[in-house]
Amino acid sequence: MAPVEPQTDYVLRTVEERGVRLIRLWFTDVLGQLKSFAISPAELENAFDEGMQFDGSAIDGFSRVQESDVLARPDPNTFELLPWTDSEETSARMFCDIESLDGTPFAGDSRQVLKRNLDRAHERGFTFFVAPEMEFFYFAHGDASKPLEPLDRGSYFDLTTADVASDLRKRTIHALEAMGIPVEYSFHEDSPSQHEIDLRYTDALSMADNVMTFRLMVREIALERGVHATFMPKPMTGVQGSGMHTHLSLFAGDENAFHDPTDPYHLSKTAQCFIAGVLRHAPEITAVTNQLVNSYKRLIVGTEAPAHVSWARNNRSALVRVPITKSGKESAVRIEYRSPDPACNPYLAFALILAAGLKGLDEGYELPPEATINLFELDAHDRAAAGLVELPQSLSEALDAMERSELVRETLGEHIFPWFLRNKRAEWADYKAQVTPFELDRYLGSW
Amino acid sequence: MEPLLVYPDPAPPELARALDLGSYTWKAVSDEHGAAAAEPEDGWSGAVVVVDTDPDGAFSLCRALRKRDVPVSPLLLLVTGTHLPDLELRDNLFDDFCLTPFHPTELEARLRHLFWRTGTGSRPELVEYGPLVLNLETYQAAIDAHPVDLTYMEYELLKFLAQHPGRVFTRETLLSRVWGYEYYGGARTVDVHIRRLRAKLGEEHAGLISTVRSVGYRFGQSRWG
Repeated sequence: MAPVEPQTDYVLRTVEERGVRLIRLWFTDVLGQLKSFAISPAELENAFDEGMQFDGSAIDGFSRVQESDVLARPDPNTFELLPWTDSEETSARMFCDIESLDGTPFAGDSRQVLKRNLDRAHERGFTFFVAPEMEFFYFAHGDASKPLEPLDRGSYFDLTTADVASDLRKRTIHALEAMGIPVEYSFHEDSPSQHEIDLRYTDALSMADNVMTFRLMVREIALERGVHATFMPKPMTGVQGSGMHTHLSLFAGDENAFHDPTDPYHLSKTAQCFIAGVLRHAPEITAVTNQLVNSYKRLIVGTEAPAHVSWARNNRSALVRVPITKSGKESAVRIEYRSPDPACNPYLAFALILAAGLKGLDEGYELPPEATINLFELDAHDRAAAGLVELPQSLSEALDAMERSELVRETLGEHIFPWFLRNKRAEWADYKAQVTPFELDRYLGSW
Repeated sequence: MEPLLVYPDPAPPELARALDLGSYTWKAVSDEHGAAAAEPEDGWSGAVVVVDTDPDGAFSLCRALRKRDVPVSPLLLLVTGTHLPDLELRDNLFDDFCLTPFHPTELEARLRHLFWRTGTGSRPELVEYGPLVLNLETYQAAIDAHPVDLTYMEYELLKFLAQHPGRVFTRETLLSRVWGYEYYGGARTVDVHIRRLRAKLGEEHAGLISTVRSVGYRFGQSRWG
């Protein structure tokens, strides 16, 4: 038998010492839904040694029926005790990598897609750091047949007194910190009952795991109080939707590869090419960073969300923002990619953003000039004259752009790429067949 | 874990300091009678004997420790270059020696290796600092007697820091000692884990790990001020 890795030994001992009764094995389907099954401590060693076999055909985007069994192999580095379970039944979770029965990485596993792309960055000597700003809404219920009920009428940075939402946010942050997911900021966002929690940067794989944990915890803790939390990108007409602005940087060892003190923007050549790559390929990766029909109701002109491909230092209509950093804080030099929403699959989204940026580096793309005016103040004609490219206007357009993209095909692989397109085309077709309240309201009387 | 025997009494300050920084427990004795009187119930876990202050006394103590039914082992001698010839024909009296003035790192490395070789561990199973207790056998951490749930790397980092209270470590040192050089993340990984550790220690105890500007991190205060 192979010697026990110290990480594995650590998990086994901790399970024993802490009286853990259930170990939840987590993985993610292609659409970014968290999947879980539980094993008892007695099975744990076997899970490490051989993986847990299960039928993948029931999981979105996994196996075709004739080759349905896959292995879940827990990653001992992700072992955490779950803070919200009652003390009678201590349980813990680990994220899993999914493998085919022969032990090779399973092509339908988005965590492995991200790992593969992080390896490509490593080969170039880079570590990819990510810090997302997670926005979401609290509602009094999650029943789609009844009108939405926000918990408050607060607005940006409002300090609402001792209300349910602030309490929920506080409890969520404590639970996140207890699970080793440090929080940078949290505040009431612009819209009624909309909240934001910013996660402190970490490597992209841990962060994708953290986003999955985060979404579950926010919803679980809300549910304890009978409140429904949602990451739906645009639940209410007429107010800001929920985004997942994502701060990014590449480090070469201890050096921030995006930083160059001699550049007027403090952006290195690496950063410039990376931004250029992200910008050029943004329309192609949007179907994944914004994967719902509803996502495109957020990406509209006149909101805090970007609608065009541009970059700027201090202009919130831009797709890529380069936050101004205090001098001497070179490690903080980063870029912010503003289109993703929190209903994405973070593994695939981070993999594609990285791949787009690396493509810019490999090909030496030229960074276009900064957009210095608010793009939303231009009319459509001026924007066209300035050569501004629009982000896809609908899921359908985004899928068209994705389908043409070699970059996305290569990054996602021959399993996920066609499956995602098929699945999302079907979602779009379902949507298109619907007669909406808007249409009834607008047309029923007058036609 | 039982303490180490140290000769002579009082122990030279640099030796006391090195043993303390290495988290060894120890007792100084002045001769074999003192050694017998102060001997812990389960016997000494080993001995560090300084030869130079009184070579005759030192070797007679070694002989006494070695000729017992269960000889004290491992036994490390500290000796200056001028006394090196005294070791001739006394190979049975010690397991290893270290030249003085010694380097604390070398002393620690030799002790660690000796304990590994003899299969005894003088390392305390518990690392304690203020409200923090780490149980090295079971990998469990507790603060104010409440368990702290850590990942493996968080545990390893906290263990390393808590075993060396008051010492400032650069990110590079932490990376190489805790993660090993082959780890790819770079020193920024250390910052990420420090932040995670502080979050888990809780607001009240987050200050156990302090940031030393443009150098690195320090855990607690040294017992040596």
